Amino acid sequence: MAYDKFTVLTSTAVPLPIENVDTDQIIPARFLKATERKGFGDNLFRDWRYNSDDTPKQDFVLNNSIYSGKILVGGKNFGSGSSREHAAWAIYDYGFRCVISSFFADIFKGNSLNIGLLPVTVSEAFLDKIFRAIEADPNTQIEVNLPEQTVTILATGDQESFDINGYKKHNMMNGFDDIDYLQSMKQDITAFADKSLY
Amino acid sequence: MSNATTLFDKVWDAHVVRHIEDGPDVLFIDRHFIHEVTSPVAFLGLEQRGIPVIYPQRTFATADHNTPTMNQDQPVKDPLSANQLAALSSNAAKWGISLWALGSPKNGIVHVVGPENGITQPGMTIVCGDSHTSTHGAFGSIAFGIGTSEVEMVLSSQCIMQPKPKKMRITINGKLGKGVLPKDVALYMIAQITASGATGYFVEYAGEVFENMSMEGRMTVCNMSIEMGARGGMIAPDQTTFDYINGRDKAPKGADWDTALAYWKTLKTDDTAVFDKELHFDAADIEPQITYGTNPGLGTGITNHIPKASEVKDGEASYKKSLAYMNFAEGEAILGKKIDYVFLGSCTNGRIEDFRAFASIVKGKKKADNITAWLVPGSHIVEAQIKEEGILDILNEAGFELRQPGCSACLAMNEDKIPAGKYAVSTSNRNFEGRQGPGARTLLASPYVAAAVAVTGVVTDPRDLIESV
Ligand code: SF4
Repeated sequence: MAYDKFTVLTSTAVPLPIENVDTDQIIPARFLKATERKGFGDNLFRDWRYNSDDTPKQDFVLNNSIYSGKILVGGKNFGSGSSREHAAWAIYDYGFRCVISSFFADIFKGNSLNIGLLPVTVSEAFLDKIFRAIEADPNTQIEVNLPEQTVTILATGDQESFDINGYKKHNMMNGFDDIDYLQSMKQDITAFADKSLY
Repeated sequence: MSNATTLFDKVWDAHVVRHIEDGPDVLFIDRHFIHEVTSPVAFLGLEQRGIPVIYPQRTFATADHNTPTMNQDQPVKDPLSANQLAALSSNAAKWGISLWALGSPKNGIVHVVGPENGITQPGMTIVCGDSHTSTHGAFGSIAFGIGTSEVEMVLSSQCIMQPKPKKMRITINGKLGKGVLPKDVALYMIAQITASGATGYFVEYAGEVFENMSMEGRMTVCNMSIEMGARGGMIAPDQTTFDYINGRDKAPKGADWDTALAYWKTLKTDDTAVFDKELHFDAADIEPQITYGTNPGLGTGITNHIPKASEVKDGEASYKKSLAYMNFAEGEAILGKKIDYVFLGSCTNGRIEDFRAFASIVKGKKKADNITAWLVPGSHIVEAQIKEEGILDILNEAGFELRQPGCSACLAMNEDKIPAGKYAVSTSNRNFEGRQGPGARTLLASPYVAAAVAVTGVVTDPRDLIESV
């Protein structure tokens, strides 16, 4: 799937200071019944966001208009649980382009990178700074700079760098995906398959 | 240092088609399982790009996540589910992928049917768009869950791109106590390590406890690897493994069997191989387990009390949120809590041994009046075995019914949803908020514990009922 190129994102952020946000919360299983990749953003955090009669839960952050932006900031161990890529789709479809946390579950991180949603891992201390900055001022601007691999709280100048492997970085910056790459190495693959024991 | 390698290294390295500098490895995939929920968008992607399925014979499809567990001979009522099932069937037909559709005698949960038909073999790389693909690691294969983009990669190139994970070994020696099942071993490890403690690692399970375990038990343990954050878990293949595979439908035969077996016997960790992390536990410390919170790491021995927030490794706020959802209080006993539903099933505990274990406890007793029990075999083959072995009679006499195979209340995508606010003791793998239905409260446990609850109506130590077995 083609996705937006990612270079430097400067945006306000939505804080979700909860640990172990699992993929069943991000997108409950009953919303996985589509056969197309459309409309998942409407059901992002469905059961935290809406009551069972579909009225919005006022105390949930996505229903609080003072918070907005393209960056979601989550607590430790974000995206644990199921392998459903729908979780990353839902976050992307809602309008986020980056998730910041101090720790991501493996599959979620891989899925996000595959669809153009940048997972940024920062230290717990820095994550805490971000949460406090947003709490103090919901209009706090955060800059995520992929070429430089830095996150900056613009108001204070606080900055931290983050890791990403060179291959994925190149893909994200150019909107490429792995399938393009794999198609280009078909010959190697068929040669390998011919030798396979299985 | 020698060139000593681990089991994981041996299998991984044998599948690297290309190593990308400062990037992932391109890993060849031997077996790919697909189901109706995470595959349609991948097929759609292929169509949009105009590229074919490269090796249809390496992919196997089954319908399980969305399927009803009653009246499977009738059309599926939910139009969205029916739509996904139809998409799976038409995609499989279009590309020549073998499919065990709803109603097929081989149909069942993907991680149950793969092994029982001999598709899963030692030394393979196996992926599926379901995180509990780790189940297949029980055979000494590298097996893990993938996202839909990766399903599309495997369909189109038989490869995925993955950085090589770090390696962890968990060794448990000693003998398991009375009433302690493989599920308890899994829940115990997760409680010790936490739900994220093995993130970034691939785990090898070693030691007497796993050596002495049946294949069913090993599958239960490997299945739950993902619940401690690990990408997967594996156990070195041994005679137990070979005996299980030999003679199954898709297992190698004749000379192919001999070639395969000779290779499989080399699949073990060298004595001097080094892991990034090693953990040791003692079998004697493991009692029947149960979870009380909303991640699988929030579990403890069944006779223990719910820990205080100050005693847990998770953050205090998350822990309190978790207990509030469960409507449990810090310091409370778990034994004696009233339960509404019991679910025996899923790719964690929906195999024949699990039904044997459940039946051994309910035999000659009666289902408690306050309990609604859903007993869902993992496959039609398991279902047939339940009938053949006379287990169904025992269950029926005790007031239980058997449903038809599928994922069912493990993820509650079909009608099998635990109602809001109700308590379920479940042999599945996740107790997340709403996992078994919006507002449902899940306590994960073994088939023994599930059976003890089913006949008493409250959380009960199965060891109290085992004397008579
Ligand atoms: S039983 Fe549950 S975990 Fe297993 S394959 Fe089905 S949904 Fe996934």
